[in-house]
Amino acid sequence: MEKIYLAIPLLLLFSAVVTGLFGRYIGRVGAHRIAILGVLTSFILSIVVIKHIIFDGAPVYNETVYVWMVSGGVRFEIGFLIDELTALMMGVVTFVSFMVHIYTIGYMNDDPGYQRFFSYIALFTFSMLMLVMSNNFLQLFFGWEAVGLVSYLLIGFWYQRETAILANLKAFLINRVGDFGFLLGIAVVLVYAGSLDYAEVFANSGSMASQTISIFWGAEWDVITVITILLFIGAMGKSAQFPLHVWLPDSMEGPTPISALIHAATMVTAGIFMVARMSPLYELSETTLGFILVIGSITALFMGFLGLIQHDIKRVVAYSTLSQLGYMTVALGASAYGAAIFHLMTHAFFKALLFLAAGSVIIAMHHEQDMRRMGGLKKYMPITHWTSLIGCLALIGFPFFSGFFSKDSIIGAVQYSELGAANIAYVALLAGVFVTALYSFRMYFLVFHAGERMDEHTRSHLRETPWVVTLPLILLAVPSVFSGFVFEPVVFGEFFDRSIYVADSHNVLAGLGSTFEGIGGFVSHALAGPVVYLALAGVVTAYLIYIVKPQFAADMQQQFPFLYKIMDNKYYMDYLYLNVFAGAGRITGRVLWKLGDVIAIDGFVVNGSARVVGWFSAALRRLQTGYLYHYAFAMIAGMMVLVSMFVIKGLL
Amino acid sequence: MPDNLPLLSLIVWLPIIGGLITLAAGDHDSTGARRIAFSFSMANFFLMIPLYVGFDTSTADMQFVERTPWIDAFNIDYYFGVDGISMPLIALTAFISPLVIIAGWKTVQVQASRYMAAFLIMEGLMIGVFAALDSILFYVFWEAMLIPMFLIIGVWGGPNRIYATIKFFLYTFLGSVLMLIALIYMRYQSEAGSFAIPDFHALKLNMTEQILIFFAFLLAFAVKVPMWPVHTWLPDAHVEAPTGGSVILAAIMLKIGGYGFLRFSLPIAPDASMQFDWLIITMSLIAVIYIGLVAIVQEDMKKLIAYSSIAHMGFATLGFFLPFGIHAAAVDDLSGAALAVEGGMIQMISHGFISAALFLCIGVMYDRLHSRQIKDYGGIVVSMPVFAGFMVLFAMANSGLPGTSGFVGEFMVILASMQSDFWIAFLAATTLILGAAYSLWLVKRVIFGEIRNEQVAEMKDLDVHEFVVLGSLGVTVLLFGVWPDPLVEIMHPSVDNLLRHIIVSKL
Repeated sequence: MEKIYLAIPLLLLFSAVVTGLFGRYIGRVGAHRIAILGVLTSFILSIVVIKHIIFDGAPVYNETVYVWMVSGGVRFEIGFLIDELTALMMGVVTFVSFMVHIYTIGYMNDDPGYQRFFSYIALFTFSMLMLVMSNNFLQLFFGWEAVGLVSYLLIGFWYQRETAILANLKAFLINRVGDFGFLLGIAVVLVYAGSLDYAEVFANSGSMASQTISIFWGAEWDVITVITILLFIGAMGKSAQFPLHVWLPDSMEGPTPISALIHAATMVTAGIFMVARMSPLYELSETTLGFILVIGSITALFMGFLGLIQHDIKRVVAYSTLSQLGYMTVALGASAYGAAIFHLMTHAFFKALLFLAAGSVIIAMHHEQDMRRMGGLKKYMPITHWTSLIGCLALIGFPFFSGFFSKDSIIGAVQYSELGAANIAYVALLAGVFVTALYSFRMYFLVFHAGERMDEHTRSHLRETPWVVTLPLILLAVPSVFSGFVFEPVVFGEFFDRSIYVADSHNVLAGLGSTFEGIGGFVSHALAGPVVYLALAGVVTAYLIYIVKPQFAADMQQQFPFLYKIMDNKYYMDYLYLNVFAGAGRITGRVLWKLGDVIAIDGFVVNGSARVVGWFSAALRRLQTGYLYHYAFAMIAGMMVLVSMFVIKGLL
Repeated sequence: MPDNLPLLSLIVWLPIIGGLITLAAGDHDSTGARRIAFSFSMANFFLMIPLYVGFDTSTADMQFVERTPWIDAFNIDYYFGVDGISMPLIALTAFISPLVIIAGWKTVQVQASRYMAAFLIMEGLMIGVFAALDSILFYVFWEAMLIPMFLIIGVWGGPNRIYATIKFFLYTFLGSVLMLIALIYMRYQSEAGSFAIPDFHALKLNMTEQILIFFAFLLAFAVKVPMWPVHTWLPDAHVEAPTGGSVILAAIMLKIGGYGFLRFSLPIAPDASMQFDWLIITMSLIAVIYIGLVAIVQEDMKKLIAYSSIAHMGFATLGFFLPFGIHAAAVDDLSGAALAVEGGMIQMISHGFISAALFLCIGVMYDRLHSRQIKDYGGIVVSMPVFAGFMVLFAMANSGLPGTSGFVGEFMVILASMQSDFWIAFLAATTLILGAAYSLWLVKRVIFGEIRNEQVAEMKDLDVHEFVVLGSLGVTVLLFGVWPDPLVEIMHPSVDNLLRHIIVSKL
């Protein structure tokens, strides 16, 4: 097995290097063959790992691959930890990546950067696998930043577009703000645990819990709370939680396949994965869990609102991703780690599906992304239409679709949580269900139904996309529908017992599970609650607004211009970052440079002392006039002074 | 290879002799002169192999020691030796120098033989600084090194080169005058009456003496590093220096300041160092934040990288002066302190690679467009895709991306500073944001975007020379990012020895 674990990421690194460095020589076909063969093999091997760990119940694998560095009495290592959580993530990552690799053949067909693109997505998959397979904080941070790098390269893939290269810079910098917290968290871990190895850190969590750290003079903080909040700041950057979410919508400047792979299914869920992996730490701080609940609730609801007013089809899906990440975060805050990971998995399938379907529409529309110029695509693109519908139904949590089980278990779990913030979270998530249904079906109706609003030229070319595009849609639609059925063992069972620790007092999933009586029972129980009806209400509202009375939305916009303006400006968060933070940084830099370096140090001290030396020597020079009578006069004057001194001294 | 071969003497004098031969060869056959220079620099690089292989990583003792009396009247010895602190720096010098020769192969057409000769002589002198164990020998190399650099900037430099050379010379020269006085004072304090650095380490000094010596050294080394607020000569020197001069300046000369702290300040005046560690830590953090912010707003690429160098060297000095705080926080545990000092060392080595690479990248662009202004560029990736790949790699390394050597030192120092104080770590970690901001904003404006003008559209991608130089730096940066252990391993015994020495009070 050891060799398999090593082969899974390394195959991808290999294909990234070959397609990246030798793309020119192996050609387009060569590049996609190598890349797809690599990711396919990795996927198959991941299935083998899943069978080995999950179905055969093999012992958890936790070994070092090589020693990165030994310094300060600490062994910094690269190593793998393979348990149920890792195996599940490996399956999700390689599967979605495989789908995206195939899809790319169609989507990037005409692009001159074809080989480069394959190199990047292979490199991404490698980094993501290293991240989830890590058994220590060092490698976690490696993977964490490496996926950020590839995300940067891919958002700016079309590097001549000003918007794209601004978006990737923004994404990287905002993520660095998160990583700033993350790295400090790792540093605190090292101080108090003396190791960066997960197993050792978790073993020491008990002793860490009893210590405090003095950060502000006088105020003592629990070490665990400080660590978990700092690490969570990293997750807020990577998983785009409020207020570090602003980079994700702009990341849509990148090609659609990577929006599906990186900015929906995998990379953005790294923060969720990380918190679940660190559950032995997070469980020890209710302060942090409460904080996570609040952040998650804000993201889930308020980002959903913004999805309602977007015209760009990809941005609707992007805001939906933000909102769904908020759901997962809430689940983490409620200690329902199993539900969070389960939603992560179902979301990876149906959100990748929605993105790829959006991409399929974009291809057919000749790279038009504005929904105002679409409509009625159902009859031109049947496969895209039906798979999109499946994606939307899964997203809104329609009964028996995968999202239904995952989302309902999150909402159910929050009800059982005893943290103070759980009530707010519950309300936010319920409202979020309605909003999700509304924006999803707004998109569905505007794109596939309603009147055909495109120009004649585009309409005449409308047709279903080639099989390399539709095949991944179909393959992703299958788990979007059915993956929910495994939820009983994953969420309630002992599935994650070896990976995730839940304190008895927080065990909300056990509470929820105690009422569980089979899938039928779960559905009928759900039908007795408000969730399904809220979703249906959202769909009906979308139908009424966008099909029955298309004028309504514009009217609303005019009725509430103030509200619309706030939402249109994304709550002014971008303004805040761009003008306040970045602006202040640039102004401070300029002031320090001009006032500090140029005027104070160089002008005053350096050139000033040169000038003083200059004056001094000028004065000295004036004494040396070269006239004999000046010197004679000075001699006589000097002698007179000396003589009078002696005389006065003698007299005294 | 025979055991008694004076390897250190060879590695110091070979390039100097090579430089003189190159000088003698003259410019009527400049290709021949270039070949001579290149052969000598490569020969010196290969001399590193027996030095490296023969180096014993299990001891903190000085190795390859050579000692013969030099000036008997004052007890001055010709005294060489290396330990885990100087060894990596000598290797760095021997690695960077041939690259500078290759990089100047085509671009320097005026007085090429003299240009090459200056670099070879400087290589020998810089290695001499790191290898010298007699303080007067050290001082001679230290001052002599200024001369070729003075000439390089003064002869092959930009339009404002006279101001820059004088500023550079006076700053560094004035800085080191007090150091000489301190050295002479210590000679008369030592019982043996010698100028040997190891004897100085053992010297008993009272607090007043230590403080005076500490500040005398501080002035010399702070100017060299350079630390805020005595840094303003560096941006001017870089802007006017030719590419090779900038590379040597950033990659090696600055490291001599950092090396001085480890070789002189800390072991000779440990109590004063402990008393004033807050000063160095504050100056280092100012370098990281203040200089980081200043770097963001630079419009001249060389100035930007020069400021970035100051900010990065702040991590080295921060690491060197953290041990006292860590030792106070963790009673009698020196492991955290070792992390700090080794982190600072790694930062110096890695910065040697990365700053060299970035200055070479700017040189590549300057050779084609004769401008260092950011606004004159844009969209280079279209005309020079291979170059753009390198530039992005080195910019990422400069912003401390894991997997590159730039990450290792910063990571170690931040981890170590947390053991001393939360806020030191907090302020140091701002480099994650600032470093990325100035490096990647530069990349965005210069490399990406639409093609700015016709000249950019016509720029040719890397030639073989440039590819070899940037390629070897790129491989090194990645190699030590993925596996820094071999580099750290060399330092262990010497750093441990140093730490055990400095925590014992001399009072």
